[in-house]
Amino acid sequence: MTRPATPDRPVRPGARTHVAAIDQGTTSTRCLIFDRRGRMVAVAQHEHQQHFPRPGWAEHDAAEIWVNTLRVLPEALLQAGLQPSDLAAVGIANQRETTVVWDRATGHPVAPAITWQDTRTSEMVEELNRGPSADLFREVCGLTPAGYFAAPRLRWLLDHVPDLPRRARLGEVAFGTVESWLIWNLTGGPDGGVHVTDVTNASRTMLMDIRTLDWDQRLLDALDIPREILPEIRPNAQVYGTCRVGLPGVPIGGAFGDQQAALFGQTCFAAGEAKCTYGTGAFLLMNTGERIVTSDHGLISTVAYALDDQPPRYAIEGSIAVAGALVQWFRDSLEMIRSAPEIETLARRVEDNGGCYIVPAFAGLFAPRWQPDARGVVVGLTSFVTRSHLARAVLEATAWQTAEVVEAMAADTGIAFTGLKVDGGMTANHLLMQQVADVLALPVERPLMAESVSLGAAYAAGLAVDYWPDLEVLRDNWHQAARWEPAMSAALRRRERAGWDRAVERTLGWVVDGDPVTPARRGS
Amino acid sequence: MSGPIQSIERAAAVLHFLGAVPEPVALGDLARALGLPKPTTHGIVRTLLGVGFVVQDPESGHYAIGGGLTRLGETLDPHLLRSRAANWADGLAARTGLEVQLGILSGSAVELLHHVFRPDDSPQRLRVGELQPLHATALGLALLAFSPAAVRPRDLVMTAYTPATVTRALDLTRAVQQTARRGWSLADGTYRPGVAALAAPIRHHVGVGVGALAVVGLRERVLTPAGEPLPGLLEQLVAAGSAISDRLEERL
Repeated sequence: MTRPATPDRPVRPGARTHVAAIDQGTTSTRCLIFDRRGRMVAVAQHEHQQHFPRPGWAEHDAAEIWVNTLRVLPEALLQAGLQPSDLAAVGIANQRETTVVWDRATGHPVAPAITWQDTRTSEMVEELNRGPSADLFREVCGLTPAGYFAAPRLRWLLDHVPDLPRRARLGEVAFGTVESWLIWNLTGGPDGGVHVTDVTNASRTMLMDIRTLDWDQRLLDALDIPREILPEIRPNAQVYGTCRVGLPGVPIGGAFGDQQAALFGQTCFAAGEAKCTYGTGAFLLMNTGERIVTSDHGLISTVAYALDDQPPRYAIEGSIAVAGALVQWFRDSLEMIRSAPEIETLARRVEDNGGCYIVPAFAGLFAPRWQPDARGVVVGLTSFVTRSHLARAVLEATAWQTAEVVEAMAADTGIAFTGLKVDGGMTANHLLMQQVADVLALPVERPLMAESVSLGAAYAAGLAVDYWPDLEVLRDNWHQAARWEPAMSAALRRRERAGWDRAVERTLGWVVDGDPVTPARRGS
Repeated sequence: MSGPIQSIERAAAVLHFLGAVPEPVALGDLARALGLPKPTTHGIVRTLLGVGFVVQDPESGHYAIGGGLTRLGETLDPHLLRSRAANWADGLAARTGLEVQLGILSGSAVELLHHVFRPDDSPQRLRVGELQPLHATALGLALLAFSPAAVRPRDLVMTAYTPATVTRALDLTRAVQQTARRGWSLADGTYRPGVAALAAPIRHHVGVGVGALAVVGLRERVLTPAGEPLPGLLEQLVAAGSAISDRLEERL
């Protein structure tokens, strides 16, 4: 736990001077507290366990996440020197697509939460894609069925937890992504808990009509999911209920999937505004206004946000599966560095990549290439190449993947990028940010508040209770903290791009049937 | 010249012995092996335990060589420092409305390791990697006062950047001493005219300075007309510096 440099003291008790955000992420649960100018005054954090019971499975204990939530809330308040009555509202941002089913009477989860990294439903989804309903899904929810989304996981639970379908139809159990689980518990759990989700999380289930923002009966029928188990879909900024535990008396004013929260936190309210969040993976989202863009490049159409009494705003999303994860691999599997930030020290010992390229297609290539049988490569090795060159190639892989997604997005939307707003932990790596600017040939800018995910959730909650009057006020909170200008010559950019493209070609078609060295086969 | 110091010799013997045995050792065995009285041996290992050179198995109570020794020769990675400092540097800029710089020693200069723009959305240039003179900047004074530097004031080339720049070694030595005494440094128009800065050390392990954190801005945004730090500013700066220091002690 860390303490803030200078906690802002409240003017008087109960003054509702601050807004809290719960950031329920893949590895930890955090509570951050913000003041009216969007400045963070406290942060508390607890990690939870990752369970990998079988190859390809990734689970969380939803009860542990709830206990951690109850721990971080008072810790953050204590750091800031605040009481619950000093909070105008609390908002929630959560890891998306992670699926929880719980007993409405006891409040206990009926099974471990299946996380977004879990691939157990991929076969079920392949079957779905071969069947007649694949087009219906694409048409109604805007998504090509994939194991990545929540509904196949819910179907898996219905198939494997004894008696679950019957109990679901009787309304004895509830389904939700993590924000639903937390809101239900915060508002009383078995004793009157509110069972809701927000439009952005619902848009990642594969069950919501992306136009009406309601559950679609045809999609429910296609997966045989009883409507009784589903939460009610609500806008992002709205008082869903009042906390009875954790932050007693504080209204819950908003919820968001984490990447949409970051888009909102970066105040990308106008069509054409985009942000890229660099973490384990990297997620580029562009606000497309009231328009739903159909991608020709495998990008995803999703809901950006919906405010009360306004038409919903949409976004187009491109995800890079392996960004910071490649640095972690370089640290943990190759043991080239002891901490992730040290990669910059290593990479700065050399001027360039020495002809070496790394393509981290660990689980195939994602957007915009979508090649599941590709695998990662390290190419261009000569006796000249040192681990410093490898370090540079590791960082450049994230830069080039960003460029590919930016190009696909510009082609799909017809909107040219004029710059890129970035956030997330990897923005502390100045070499990487310079590389991104160089390969995009665009300026890259970082906001003063890099915790965009939490800030977005806080903004939604604060808007719901009129702590902030409107979006324009939130825009005024955005300040540029750093800006990287492109400094690579066009000739060098073309040459390096050609090198990257040739490296990518070498990843293709690596996995062949019966191949004994593919990770999944070796692991099973 | 005095002879060898017995307690240091004995401590070294304890470390040599613990480093040579494969398993943690009981206090009695350690004392016997070194031919020392048990209370003396106990005093030595407890002291070494306190500085992290020896660890004690919580169950058996036996002693083994500690991780502090292997880390002795390591310097703090500058980019790890930046990563740990980033949120606090942002917070400091947000609260003070001033530009924030994080500097480390690089030969006989300050190297800017991190830079947060003044949050007023005016056009600014990222200064990361820039070298600044030690004698003319608040960062430089803080590094000279708190970091184990190979440079001494009298070895520096003391260019006059403004009429206010300190150019005599004696004056610089005094400024460094004053900085060490009060725990922060001040530069009033000594590098750029009309620009003032305050800096505080970032410390690691037993208080060794590994970098310095500064707020930089137009003189009237940093200092009173009399040249004192504006009320509250110093507290914010020093608190951010010590919060970063605390974060450096956390495990990787």
